[in-house]
Amino acid sequence: MSAETIEKKPAEALLSKRRKKLVTDPLIDDNPVTIQVLGICSALAVTTQMKPTLVMAIAVIFVIVMSNFLISLMRNTIPSRVRIIVQLAVVATLVTLVNEVLKAFAYDMYKELSVFVGLIITNCIVMGRLEAFALGNKPYDSILDGFGSALGYSWIILTVAFFRELLGSGAVFGIPIYDYISGLFGPDFQLATNGLMVSPVGAFMVLGLLIWVQRTKTGYVEH
Amino acid sequence: MDLFNLGIRSIFIDNMIFAYFLGMCSFLAVSKKVTTAIGLGAAVIFVLTVTVPVNWLLNEYVLKEGALSWVNAGLADIDLSFLRFIMFIAIIAAMVQLVEMVVEKFAPALYGALGIFLPLIAVNCAILGGSLFMAQRDYTLAESAVYGFGSGTGFCLAIVALAAIREKLKYSHVPNGLKGLGITMLLTGLMGIAFMSFMGIDL
Repeated sequence: MSAETIEKKPAEALLSKRRKKLVTDPLIDDNPVTIQVLGICSALAVTTQMKPTLVMAIAVIFVIVMSNFLISLMRNTIPSRVRIIVQLAVVATLVTLVNEVLKAFAYDMYKELSVFVGLIITNCIVMGRLEAFALGNKPYDSILDGFGSALGYSWIILTVAFFRELLGSGAVFGIPIYDYISGLFGPDFQLATNGLMVSPVGAFMVLGLLIWVQRTKTGYVEH
Repeated sequence: MDLFNLGIRSIFIDNMIFAYFLGMCSFLAVSKKVTTAIGLGAAVIFVLTVTVPVNWLLNEYVLKEGALSWVNAGLADIDLSFLRFIMFIAIIAAMVQLVEMVVEKFAPALYGALGIFLPLIAVNCAILGGSLFMAQRDYTLAESAVYGFGSGTGFCLAIVALAAIREKLKYSHVPNGLKGLGITMLLTGLMGIAFMSFMGIDL
């Protein structure tokens, strides 16, 4: 029996350069919110305070990573005509899961986020990543890609929430920063909070300015 | 009179865009020209007016706790409300498909004008948001129909107004980093301040 030599391609490293790029690209250069203009819908309403924003970010990371993984596993069996419905069904199931977990273990948070957890279903980032990446790539790569996009989204909404809570309520994560500062300077010294930051208008303004800063740094210009 | 109040409230005070940020993706993407903005706005009004009452029926007679008691008294303690998301989105996708077929058959001119916007509406957060708010606030059938129409009109108003401003914006000198999305967000904020003046109205 002649020995057949099967040439085996060396397996790609678990975190090769290409894979690292999948995670780091959406953070700054190809950010889903500030560059691709996706997923603004359900995000801004929860950013009046840091805490619900953090919960929202974790929920979105979970949904994007899991749906990317599941769709990528099924990518060769989904007929392309009905792929939107299949994607919606997978995403809706995952979001229902998140919703039930919140309801069981963090009821206050569930009340506060109300319909916005449900609206992750129609978050364009989720559908966008499924369409653009998971349908044509292997599961592990899809997980990394989803994780990168979700992180890019998370840091933007957390930054917006940081400024809105600090300027609007004078606190960060519920810790009253403004009160500490006023306490240092005696009873006559008061820092005023800006009510506009708590209203939806504040979210638009903070995000608009954030986009300005971010795009000036990356040099991205929209025509 | 209550229905009228609800309609006014959902158009101006609880505006989908300025109060809840729903439908922002299409709001930002399709607001470059007034004519296309009107097309999308009309489609959203139509789909919201249809889907909110249909989802109300689904919620009232199938999903709500004890809703199945009209079938059989033994089913009275079944609570299917955890299926809400998946059922609502399925109904919306199906209704959009249905509306698309009906419009194509009976009003080809309108179909041509709406073009790609109709199918895209299925994944517009304003539509799903309308149904979820309806379920959360326990509206009646008539209220949910008025709410659907009102919030659709609010969306239409906002997107047409923004498109008109953006058409003028072409002639102004905007810093490079602010071009496009940045200046649009700031504009939306300013429009939001204008809409805040409705908040004091007590209906």
